Formats: sequence, structure tokens, C-alpha cells
Amino acid sequence: MNRKLLSAPYLLWAAAFIIIPLFMVVYYGLTDKSGAFTLENITAIATAQHGKALWLSVLLSLASTVICLLLAYPLAMILSRMNMSQNSFLVLLFILPMWMNFLLRTLAWLTLLEKTGVINNILNFFGAPTLNIINTPAAIILGMVYNFLPFMVLPIYNVLTKIDQNVVNAARDLGADGFRTFLKITLPLSIPGVISGITMVFVPALTTFVISTILGGNKILLIGNVIEMEFLQTGNWHLGSGLSIVLMVFILFNMILSAIFDKDGEGTAL
Amino acid sequence: MIKTTAQKIYIALIFIFLYAPIATLMVLSFNASKSRAKWGGFTINWYVELFQNKSILQALGNTLLIAFLSASIATVIGTVASISIQGMKRKSRAIIMGITNIPMLNAEIVTGISLMLLFIVLGIKFGFLTILLAHITFNIPYVILSIMPRMKQLNPSTYEAALDLGASHLQAFFKVVFPDILPGIVSGFTMAFTMSLDDFVITHFTKGAGIDTLSTKIYTEVRKGIKPEMYALSTLIFLSVLILLILVNYAPRKKQDTNNLRNQR
Repeated sequence: MNRKLLSAPYLLWAAAFIIIPLFMVVYYGLTDKSGAFTLENITAIATAQHGKALWLSVLLSLASTVICLLLAYPLAMILSRMNMSQNSFLVLLFILPMWMNFLLRTLAWLTLLEKTGVINNILNFFGAPTLNIINTPAAIILGMVYNFLPFMVLPIYNVLTKIDQNVVNAARDLGADGFRTFLKITLPLSIPGVISGITMVFVPALTTFVISTILGGNKILLIGNVIEMEFLQTGNWHLGSGLSIVLMVFILFNMILSAIFDKDGEGTAL
Repeated sequence: MIKTTAQKIYIALIFIFLYAPIATLMVLSFNASKSRAKWGGFTINWYVELFQNKSILQALGNTLLIAFLSASIATVIGTVASISIQGMKRKSRAIIMGITNIPMLNAEIVTGISLMLLFIVLGIKFGFLTILLAHITFNIPYVILSIMPRMKQLNPSTYEAALDLGASHLQAFFKVVFPDILPGIVSGFTMAFTMSLDDFVITHFTKGAGIDTLSTKIYTEVRKGIKPEMYALSTLIFLSVLILLILVNYAPRKKQDTNNLRNQR
């Protein structure tokens, strides 16, 4: 039937701009400048400089994912329990900041966090000690949490609003207290949203080079910074691709994780 | 009672966290001093100068044009693809949806460098075209993922009924299917437009020298010092989106009112 032909433009597009480019990364990553096969670009991750960058990226992105989860879960619960008109407005308020350019929003944290910045002025006013986190990993974690928090809140919120209230009531009727109901009913039912949130925060946090450039003051190199430099400054695409293959292993693991929990293939995002 | 107060305080704290940078940018847009760190008095000078700054206006033009073109093209390709995907067997549908999910789950930096390598190998000159192609690529999944749920709810017999009543395939689509999936198409377009507008990473790798969108312009300025006109522009963009959202939120209520009026008559 002609209906099948309708997918042709998209399939061609996907092959040309999604599949083939990924294979190119793999090809470049596994060859040297003369085109001969090599594993050097991949084993380069083990060198002190690159290994440190990857380790720091993993550490910072794990920390920010955990903080996002801890902040987002209670918030999503509060939002999901509100009445309709209230919560749709609050959810809107949550998405709204994304409309201001994220580079500028991240840059604004510089103004807030600087030694003589807004937050320190307020702290000094109350006689509190100066907060000195700009250009440190802590500032980068803050930037990650700030930028990716909505990606954690929205999937959890979506799952929580879909939980059948009768199940919760049944648990209460059968004598479970609030905490037990949460532990036995709400939490297990919300796991798909949590997983979806984790994958949506972890990958961008792991691979960012913008947040570390702006809030790390060019002193802290994450793996994203290394790859960006190989591509746009040093011009060593082979090494850049090799390091990207290492990153793709992490991403692949994440994709599999989300595929297991998202059986409909619909994505609970946004 | 104590519980709800605690909840309100918690929400308030999160919103302060989210909006503090935005408030900072808005305040900076009225700051007479060029430095971020000092308050030099109130001025609307940057708003005046914004409209004389050719390079910022040029970048704004590029950003809007790319967002509009890429969202439109992605919407057409994505809508046509969704119609076809819905009619497929389970297995091929799963494969296509898997491919569709790649740009969404993959890291932006990997998508960016993979497209950069493609354009290098193909010998396409980096510029407006390469940015546009890249944006269409990451926009299509958003369109498909917003239309597919609508497609699933569609009742296939209405389309068949239209055919039985003598409509051509095209007529039946536009009279029966299209109105039902329109909300999905609109939200897909809006999301694609937003994503294109806000994208930095993929544009960074596919733009080449000599062309800038707002994001890439801001990134180069981060090192040299941001021009305060940028704060003015982003404040204007933010406020117009805010107003737009408020209008959109009130629009359905108005429609209901006119329905009520009609019923009363």
C-alpha cells in the first residue's frame, strides 16, 4: 500500500543524518590519519589527562543526578497532589525559564556566585562567611542541577499524576500508614519516571562542556571539553571520535536502561 | 497545616533557585555600568542600542529563520512519517521508533560531531545550510513523538467511512485524520521551534565561521565579555514568551464562553 511509502522521506533522512554520521564517528575513532585501523584513539582515554577528565565528568554528573533526584521527587509529589488549575500553572512556571537562553542563565550564576557577587553580598550583610565556590567543581554541579532539574521533575510528575488513586486509598484502607503506602505503592509505581529522569539528567551532565567552561573558569576540564577541543581547536578528529566512542558506551548503557523501563517506546519526557 | 506550609516554602525555594538567574539578567539589562559585578544606576540605554546593533539583530534573524524553517520542514516530514509508522507492523514500528529516539537520548555533543564529520566528508560548505540540516534532524523526533500518541487514539473506521462515502485518500486524510491529529502537530511544531531556538551545542559544531545564531554569539562573547544589549534582548524575548503563554492559557476559556453563549441562544 502507498501508506508505507510515506515513511520513505523520513527513513532516508534518518539514514543520512542519524545512522551514517554515527558510523562515521566509529570509523574515525578506529582509524589514524593514514586511514589504517588503530585502537590508539580509544585507549587514549587511559592517559592521565583524559582519564582524569572522564573520571571528573562521571563524578560530577552522578552527584548532580542524585541531587536533582532528591530535589525533584518531593517537588513532583507536591505538584501532583495539587488541584488542576494550580498545578498546571506551576508546571508552566517550571518550563518557562527554559525560554531564556541557557548560556545566559548559566552566566547569570557567575554574577550571583562571584566573590563580590550578589549571594556573597547578602551573606556578608548577615555576617555569614563568604561562599567561595566559583571556578570549583561545586559551581559546576550547581550549574548542572540548575540546568537539568526540570528534566528530572517532569517525568516523575507525569508518572505520579497517572497513578490510580484507588490503589493508594486501598493501601490506606488496609491499614498502611502514609510512609508505608509511599514505600510500597507510590515509589514502586513511579520508578519508570525516576529512571527516565535519571537518563535525561545524567547524559547531558556527563557530556557538557558549556557549563564547565562558564562556571569552571576554563580551569576544570571535563570529557566534553576535551572532545570539543579536539574537534574545533586541535583539529584531531580521530582522537575526538575515539573519545566519543568511549562516551557512547555510557550513553548506550543509559539507552538500554530507559528502553527496559519504557516498553511502549513513547518516552515519558516532557 | 504545618505540612502544607512546609510544602509551600519548599516550592518557593525551588522557584527562587530557578528564577534568581533570570531576575539577575533582567536587572543587568537596566544596569548603566558595563560590568556584571557593579551597579552603575538605571538606564534603558541598552534597549535603544540593541536596535542599532547590526550583528545582534543579524544573529536574531538567523536564529528565528532557522527555527522557523527547521520546525516547518521537520513538521512536514514528521507528520507524513507518523501516518506511515502507525500503519506498520509491530516490529518495523519498534525499529523506526528506536531510530527516532537516538537523537533524543544521544548526547548533543555526539550528535554535533557526527554531523560535523558527515558534512566534512560530503564536502558541504559549513554555514546556514549545515545548521538548517542539523536542526531539522534533531527536530523530527520531537514532532513524531508528539503526533504518535494522537495517532494511536485515532479510530481507523472514520477514515474508512470517509473512503466508503466516496472521498479520495487525500480528501479523507485532510477531512478526517488531520483535524484529529492537529493538536499533536501543533505541539510538535512548537517544541521543535523551541528546541531549535535554544540549541547551542549542535549549532556550535555545524555552523562554520561567518554565521552566528544568538547562542553561538553569546558563547563567543562569554570570553570577551557579554554586551549588555544581549541582556536587553533576552529580557524582551522572555517577556514576550511570558505574555504569549498567558494569552494562550486564557484563550480556551474564551472559546468556552462563546460556546456557552451559543447554547444560551
